[in-house]
Amino acid sequence: MDDHKSGKVRGHGVDRRSMLKIGAGAAGGMLLPAVPGVALAAEEKKPIGNYPAGTQGDSVFIGLTLDITGPYSAQGADQQKGYELAIEQLNAGAPEIKKISPLTKKGVLGKTVKFGVADAETKPNTAVQAATRFMHDNKAMVISGSTSSAVAIALQKVCDRERTIYLPAISGSNETTGVDCQRYGFRLCYFAYPACKAIAPVLAKSLGKDRKAIYLVPDYTYGHTTYDSMVEFTEKQGWKTVGSQVHPLGAKDYSSFLINIANSGADTLVVIAYGADAANSIKQAKQFGLLEKMNIVVPYMSAFLEKEIGPEIMAGVYGATGFWWTLEDKYPIAKDFVSAFEKKYKAKPRDSAYIAYLTTALWADAVERAGSFYPPDVIKAYEAGEVRQGPVGDVTFRAGDHQGVINFPIVKGKKPSEMKNPDDYFEIVEVVQGKDALPDLGVLGCKLGPYI
Amino acid sequence: MPSMSLFLSQLFNGLATGLLLALISTGLTIIYGTLGVVNFAHGALFVVGSYAGFTAYSLTDSFLIAIAAGAAVALVVGLVVERGLMRMYYSRPDEDQILVTFGLGIILVELVRSIFGGISLSVPTPEWGQGVAHIGSLIYPLYRLQALAIAAGTLAVLYYVLYRTSLGLIVRAGIEDAQMVNALGINVKRTFLLVFGIGAMAAGYAGVIDSPIVTLSPDMGHRILVDSFVVVVIGGVGSFPGAIIGGIIAGEILSLTSMFNPAYSHVMLFVVMALVLIFRPQGLMGQEGRE
Repeated sequence: MDDHKSGKVRGHGVDRRSMLKIGAGAAGGMLLPAVPGVALAAEEKKPIGNYPAGTQGDSVFIGLTLDITGPYSAQGADQQKGYELAIEQLNAGAPEIKKISPLTKKGVLGKTVKFGVADAETKPNTAVQAATRFMHDNKAMVISGSTSSAVAIALQKVCDRERTIYLPAISGSNETTGVDCQRYGFRLCYFAYPACKAIAPVLAKSLGKDRKAIYLVPDYTYGHTTYDSMVEFTEKQGWKTVGSQVHPLGAKDYSSFLINIANSGADTLVVIAYGADAANSIKQAKQFGLLEKMNIVVPYMSAFLEKEIGPEIMAGVYGATGFWWTLEDKYPIAKDFVSAFEKKYKAKPRDSAYIAYLTTALWADAVERAGSFYPPDVIKAYEAGEVRQGPVGDVTFRAGDHQGVINFPIVKGKKPSEMKNPDDYFEIVEVVQGKDALPDLGVLGCKLGPYI
Repeated sequence: MPSMSLFLSQLFNGLATGLLLALISTGLTIIYGTLGVVNFAHGALFVVGSYAGFTAYSLTDSFLIAIAAGAAVALVVGLVVERGLMRMYYSRPDEDQILVTFGLGIILVELVRSIFGGISLSVPTPEWGQGVAHIGSLIYPLYRLQALAIAAGTLAVLYYVLYRTSLGLIVRAGIEDAQMVNALGINVKRTFLLVFGIGAMAAGYAGVIDSPIVTLSPDMGHRILVDSFVVVVIGGVGSFPGAIIGGIIAGEILSLTSMFNPAYSHVMLFVVMALVLIFRPQGLMGQEGRE
């Protein structure tokens, strides 16, 4: 870990970067984020959200709203493991998590992190009820967790209203940090736009530019925005869009959609379906003989898909994912994470656990840098744009839309004969640099609200 | 406008999907139609059967043993539940029956999840069902065709057992007046036990038959329950021919609507169900006043 990245201590002085900001702010007559803990003196920190009530004991509480049931339950269960590992490491002051959050000693600002888990059921209403209970009953300082963007967007709105920081885990929709962005929400994970922007050239190179694509689209915000982005970027590469089959979330039988797809004249099936829906639809596509005449592409690949449908079907399939464990060969922090996860759970982590783990570590880092749990201070610490080292290299957040700038791999399914061990499903085609793949600020319509 | 060949393909798929839906809703029809219990654990029993079949298939590599195992496990669960729980609820209000079966469904699904996890599992297509069949311009999975035949055969057998044997007669008489049937020297309680068991077994059996087509996840029972209710409501409560017709109508709506606008195929299903409830609340083949 580079000292210059870890040595910044907040609350005891003004560093060069913040001085520049203050100067720029004064010059422009604008209020820019200053050094938290300095700009806002203690007496100015009026109660907000669960501050200070949630920080008065020797512990702080994180409310985890995870999809333990529903079509995304496998991802929800994996997320829980990621959160638990991060919280365990934070409370123990483990050296692994200090590489990501260098100011961490033990716990967060000396307080033990406690957490509760509620089942969001992949339903926005249930998630909101659970989060509300955490905020009111447990005085949660943070709510975190999601797989469905419908859940993430609903939680983000409620938490913003309640002035409690919300950190989605998986959320693929462009809208989460686009038109539905919130001051109190920070999404770390990659999403539709960067995934599609990054995978389109890879696909054009490997499958060719003269392709006719048809889409299988789950009928909610994630599905529609991923469809829009994928169409935009593949058409730039010369692909034609033949049509789309919109299906309800959690659909069981895809036969009618697959017959339409077989009759569409398309040569490429883009599966935007996620979780159990992706596994189900791809299995049925194979039964209809579609995989023999079409290539499958999964621009936003869900954790465990490879395991659910098997390497025979996944062989040659391209997809973007948040994390793949063989990145440990290239990144020491990824190796730390994979080893610790494997030691605790006897299994390789997937991207859902990885995002949950890193989201928690970066929250701890933001709080440590803020020197306070006071939510506006923590938000400003996030917005300061501090670059940290995560399991896949540089990671930070954008102040303008609260989107994580995070690197992610594009993978290709290996043939069973190429697999070196039972977990060796993918080869990594490319590690996408998050900063290059994100849309320019404003493209997705984000307008952040007030701090207080 | 869709081509004629696509229309015919979807028409056929509607029939195949519909018979499968009829099979899936069989367990619900049996228990609801005979005992008058709205079994909200129906989807969970389907899940239990699927996973039992999956386990047996993994261990033995025999799909026939998987079918037997799925049906047997669901039967045992059904018998235990009837004896230990449902018996106390026959005379209680519908709401109580709904709540207790709903709760039971949650327990069963969470038990499955605790054993197998939430990751989707895949039952491979049995050897004799692999490949595709060419029907005109339609390429259709061979196993789906076989499942169509299995569904039709099973429905015929169940219809015969429940409606053309003395067992069915006793059950229907017991529903009308249990005391009188008891007075005739017939053990109604044992008959009810058997019917609940058969209903549960039918759900488990359907779960195994359906499992090579879909991937298994503990939550699939919700969709099964909803689909089954739609079929039963459209077709008519307590009517076996109604369940078959309801299934086929549902299958055709899903298939044919998807040609024009896939996003509306499930919406149309509920639109039709609502229309049936408005204009013929007892369902297409149901009898008025039958509970």
